[in-house]
Amino acid sequence: MTIRPEFLLYLLVMALTTYIVRALPLLLIKKPVRNKYVLSFLHYIPFAVLAVMTFPAALFATGNIYTAAFGLAVALVLAFFKRPLIVVALGASGGVLLAEIFVQYVLPLWV
Amino acid sequence: MRAKDFTKGIIDGIPICLGYLSVSFAFGIFAVGAGLSVLETLLVSALNLTSAGQFAAVPIIAGGGTLFEMALTQFIINLRYSIMSVSLSQKLDESIKTPVKALIAFSVTDEIFAVAVSKPDKRSKEYMFGLFFTPYLGWTVGTLLGAVAGNILPQIATVALSVAIYGMFIAIILPPAKEDLSVLVCIVIAVALACAFYFVPFLSVVPAGFRVIICACAAALIMAFARPLKPESETTAPQSGQKDGAL
Repeated sequence: MTIRPEFLLYLLVMALTTYIVRALPLLLIKKPVRNKYVLSFLHYIPFAVLAVMTFPAALFATGNIYTAAFGLAVALVLAFFKRPLIVVALGASGGVLLAEIFVQYVLPLWV
Repeated sequence: MRAKDFTKGIIDGIPICLGYLSVSFAFGIFAVGAGLSVLETLLVSALNLTSAGQFAAVPIIAGGGTLFEMALTQFIINLRYSIMSVSLSQKLDESIKTPVKALIAFSVTDEIFAVAVSKPDKRSKEYMFGLFFTPYLGWTVGTLLGAVAGNILPQIATVALSVAIYGMFIAIILPPAKEDLSVLVCIVIAVALACAFYFVPFLSVVPAGFRVIICACAAALIMAFARPLKPESETTAPQSGQKDGAL
């Protein structure tokens, strides 16, 4: 239960930036954005951000590229069939859990 | 009438709350695993309420990144909230005063925004407060539980839960990519760039926060000019990926 002083600086910068991004348009802009390139950029940016944060970083999340890949494969299949977000998220975890159990406990029995 | 609006907001926020509980639980485990204290982890969630932004912030804090890197990362990752705010400003009741709008601004997330604009009628401040209340409770309580459980759960469980957030990201981007080839191409470009930054030696020295900014902006810029939106689709732009309404 500690807070480091340098952490507070990060927290302040983070919270202020995030809040300003949310608040400024709501408080200042009275008319909707019309420029189609700005709108298009804002349309694509969430997909690009989430894709960059997921791949390839997610493959290294478990410390074993095969168990991570299995969990992600489960998530990809569930998402492909449009399962709800919570189902896909927990499906990825379940996939990793099964793969980790296999790698840690089942595989050593054979080799 | 006003109390009724608040209650309605709270009820509409319950599905979001349940989704936030699981994702913030994973965030709690992730942040404590990276070296943040339980209290620090809770403060990040309580003051930011932004899943992708928070997951990107933890490596910057843990790795001692610069404050500029932090500000720029949060700006880029959360830039989409500004377009939602523009849209939300048209949805709020005209009687809402500026200081109250400043409070409502804090509640802008993909999911809360999607629910707020899902009906054609104007939203009262009581409704917006209610719609903020339940998801915020889920986000902070889930974070605290994850941060504490990260120390109690067996390692195999925390490892498994650490990929939950990536599952959620996939669930957000894959269904729209199936419907829209431009979105799929955008994702492929972004991932190809991200892989380059991971595996090409002189690129892999770029800090994690900057990698996200450079790769995502490049992919979104390329697609914004190669495949700009048609004018009539502008109202649907900020809601992309929210069709399922699961979060």
